[in-house]
Amino acid sequence: MSDRPYEVIGTRPVRHDGADKVTGRAKFGADVRLPGMVYGYVLRSPHAHARIRRLDTTRAEQFPGVLAVVTAADLPESPDRPVDLVEGTLPLRYVRANVLARDKVLYKGHAVAAVAAVNRHVAEEAASLIEVDYEPLPAVLDVLGAMREDAPRVHEDLRMREFGETTERAGNIAEHFRFVLGEVEPSPTGEGLVPKGFADADVIVEREFRTAMVHQGYLEPQNATALWNQDGRVYVWTSTQGAFSAREAIAWVLDLPVSRVCVYPMEVGGAFGGKIRIYLEPVAALLSRKCGRPVQIVMPRRDVFEATGPTPGTVIRVKMGARKDGRISAAQVWMAYETGAFPSGQCAFGAMCILAPYDIPNLVIDGYDVVVNKPSTAPYRAPGATQAAFAAESVVDELAEKLGMDPIEFRLKNAAREGTRRADGPKHARIGCVEVLEAMRNHPHYRAPLEGQNRGRGVALGYWFNIGWYSACTISVNPDGTVNLVEGSVDLSGTRTSIAMQAAEVLGLRPDQVHPVVADTDSIGPTAVTGGSRTTYATGWAAYEAAHDVIRQMKQRAAMIWDVEPAAISFERGVFRTGERTMTFAELAARLEETGGPVIGRGAVNPASAGGSFAGAIADVEVDPGTGKVRLLRFTSLQDAGRAVHPTAVEGQMQGGSAQGIGWALFEEYAWTAEGAMANSSLLDYREPTALDVPPIETVIVEVPDPEHPFGVRGVGEANIVPPPAAIANAVYRAVGVRLRQLPLKASALVDALRAREN
Amino acid sequence: MKWFDYAAPGSLTEAFELLARHPGARPLAGGTDLLVQMRAGERQADLLVDVKRIPELNELGCDASGTLRLGAAVPCCVISESELVRRRWPALAEVAAMIGGVPIQSRASLGGNLCNAAPSADGPPVLMVLRAICRVAGPSGERRLPVEEFCIGPGKTVLAPGELLVGFEIPPPEPASGACYLRFTPRAEMDIAVAGAAAAVRVEGEAIGWARLALSAVAPTPLLVREAGEYLAGKPATEDAIRAAAEIARDAARPISDVRGTAEHRRRLVSVLAERALRVAVARAREAQA
Repeated sequence: MSDRPYEVIGTRPVRHDGADKVTGRAKFGADVRLPGMVYGYVLRSPHAHARIRRLDTTRAEQFPGVLAVVTAADLPESPDRPVDLVEGTLPLRYVRANVLARDKVLYKGHAVAAVAAVNRHVAEEAASLIEVDYEPLPAVLDVLGAMREDAPRVHEDLRMREFGETTERAGNIAEHFRFVLGEVEPSPTGEGLVPKGFADADVIVEREFRTAMVHQGYLEPQNATALWNQDGRVYVWTSTQGAFSAREAIAWVLDLPVSRVCVYPMEVGGAFGGKIRIYLEPVAALLSRKCGRPVQIVMPRRDVFEATGPTPGTVIRVKMGARKDGRISAAQVWMAYETGAFPSGQCAFGAMCILAPYDIPNLVIDGYDVVVNKPSTAPYRAPGATQAAFAAESVVDELAEKLGMDPIEFRLKNAAREGTRRADGPKHARIGCVEVLEAMRNHPHYRAPLEGQNRGRGVALGYWFNIGWYSACTISVNPDGTVNLVEGSVDLSGTRTSIAMQAAEVLGLRPDQVHPVVADTDSIGPTAVTGGSRTTYATGWAAYEAAHDVIRQMKQRAAMIWDVEPAAISFERGVFRTGERTMTFAELAARLEETGGPVIGRGAVNPASAGGSFAGAIADVEVDPGTGKVRLLRFTSLQDAGRAVHPTAVEGQMQGGSAQGIGWALFEEYAWTAEGAMANSSLLDYREPTALDVPPIETVIVEVPDPEHPFGVRGVGEANIVPPPAAIANAVYRAVGVRLRQLPLKASALVDALRAREN
Repeated sequence: MKWFDYAAPGSLTEAFELLARHPGARPLAGGTDLLVQMRAGERQADLLVDVKRIPELNELGCDASGTLRLGAAVPCCVISESELVRRRWPALAEVAAMIGGVPIQSRASLGGNLCNAAPSADGPPVLMVLRAICRVAGPSGERRLPVEEFCIGPGKTVLAPGELLVGFEIPPPEPASGACYLRFTPRAEMDIAVAGAAAAVRVEGEAIGWARLALSAVAPTPLLVREAGEYLAGKPATEDAIRAAAEIARDAARPISDVRGTAEHRRRLVSVLAERALRVAVARAREAQA
């Protein structure tokens, strides 16, 4: 293809980690084996909320085969301060308290103590001998109940932040924020603000939605292997999305300088946002310090569900008005997210996304982060946005229906464009919202007839803003004309290859001539977490810079050989040239020793922002009205990738995000006992979709390049999970005429709704 | 999971000795329930007695009368792939292919499925409508009882300490008969029944000769609903009769609300699934008649 601007970008080479992954040779955290290594087990709270009156580890310590026991008393007590945890800022005391509970346990599964022993079974048995005297406290389990003034308090010391300021208000509301656009007025009660514009609306829809707490559902459980070396350095092998963010958090919790901690990021068996926080790492390190041996802890599945960070359950109220001409005139949103035992800030992310696809003149969004006695929530692929889109896109669908408009045409009429102001302040840069909607409208799926009873088609749109942040890369040139690319970004999804391809494009090499290495924190410059759909975008940019640095240095070497000025040398498609003289990259690479020694290029970037990504979904369903079962017949995912570096990897992201969104829509939820224990903490009863529940997912990559990025790349990891639940709910409505406003869309609720309609 | 010992006896006698000597012993067939429960701390055992090497528990074949002799430890994949079972007792082959996924089916057995005594077990309702008899043996000899008498509560069976379920005897299918099991799971497969219904029917011309209906996941044990069968016997095989029998089944169900479903949804599911299972069983019986 001669019209393609790039040689490498946009091709589909074999992944660099492919052979290791398919042969089982790739090393995951639980594969780590060190000389003298022993095994740890974490004792966890059986209560959702209780005070620890007494903790006695004597019998566990005396149990044969036990080498060390630790509790919160082994954690350092440095002064409290706010620390930046990637997805939000928390007081250090909260971060420590989640690693090992000190005075109170705040959720069932909260870590209380840990044992290291000669094997995992001995450690588990010894842990059962630890005596903990709990004084159970009333648990706060419901987000609306938790917001009441008289609700039991999760934290005595929590004070609500409101509009960016800390207030004196004690309770469970960690944060209240408000986004306002256009004209607003005080609400009739005087307590809040309402947007103007409902008065000239011809149609107003106001609905309340609920979504369940759900888990990222990665297959590989959390794990950590730590060695507290006799020289005072701490080495940690772990499954993490960010070696550097993990290093920082471990150092904070253990009160060490970051340079005393080295993190080896292992291959990651799924993360989706859930492997940014640290859990086991400091515990394994403390055990190692006590027993002088490396200690490995691997979470049982139950602990993964009960003690790592799922995503918040929510209550969201959306009111929208539209005129007969199809324009949305006003929107009001009230959203409350249960953040679990500690504040998480995810409601703000949801609020940034909920109305972002639309140009709405007047709007008010009130958001609340609310602590409850459940696991401390963590990011999950487009954190906070999927819940929000379920609510907003259901209301948008209903508005379109009431106006008698095609749901995609209605969205197009209100679509955000470059320059449209987002609710949270900034204006959209060049975005692909309209292009994604047009791709949906023009897709054969949207036009295909859907025949048969109880069948329906739904659509929805989703947005995720993506992030930039810092990344570092080095590229060293091998004498055979290949290069080694060392990067600090953990590879969750094939980013070794998508980053290597950006270097290869600059260097005029084939992707397989770039050998990518994900390095530990001693071996590469600081690189922010693999998250926020930033890795191919920002670390790819760093690789682009490093590759240009290599070319600059190589030109100097060629200049030396040819005795010309470096400026007189050009480089194109792998060939250095001055006048009639040429040298290939490989020929010059073989002459580095004689021209001054190794060439090492460096790239370091810190983009302040990144181009957001829009995704759309089209879903066809069939409903069994007898049982309430919803079967997906066809599913199409469409997403703006800016520029798809590796289209197969982009399609994989779209299919993966869609499959997870289907899980949110139809199956997944934390179920709770009245006492606040998770009632389904196994993969048997926490139902993720299987291959049989997910139809082949068709993908359409839309390319609206991000003008900021050298190749126009947009992150594609997240926006794709946002629209599926709303698209499926809208499809169910078109199939059987009832709208469910609670995720997951349960069979029993659907039959209830169908029967209620009959009566 | 705590440490435990493991033994794999080659004969019933040896197994009975081990069970008698170790009061904390438990028999292990496929282990697909037991090991999961032990990991979760729900069951303990000092010794697991693996019964998979005992010849009697691995039987699969017909005796002279055409009765199927099915060992308690025969893995589901062997049952579902058996030409004999597929031809003569297709509903049994179907349910063996429905429990868990392929790796589970290579270990799990219908005997283990029954001994685990989960109310939601898929195997027992099918065994009940096929009139299967359990062969239970212990140091003092063998006793026989119908499958519907085997479970006495969630996780509880009539097995006395030291006894083993050796296998099942399933009478030969009658002419013009058919059977079917349907269940509701939120997912397509790889799931536990929220409710299930098994039906077996014999047709005689336009009428139903006899019928049997059994349910899963809607009572403390898998449940044979005799009244539904009695109601249908001799009635014309009409939609109305089938619907009425399904209503009898619904009224017989005693479901609870739990994490897998509400009692109300389970009751509704029973009537839907019983009706559909009966309809399929009648259609299959008519096919056999033709």
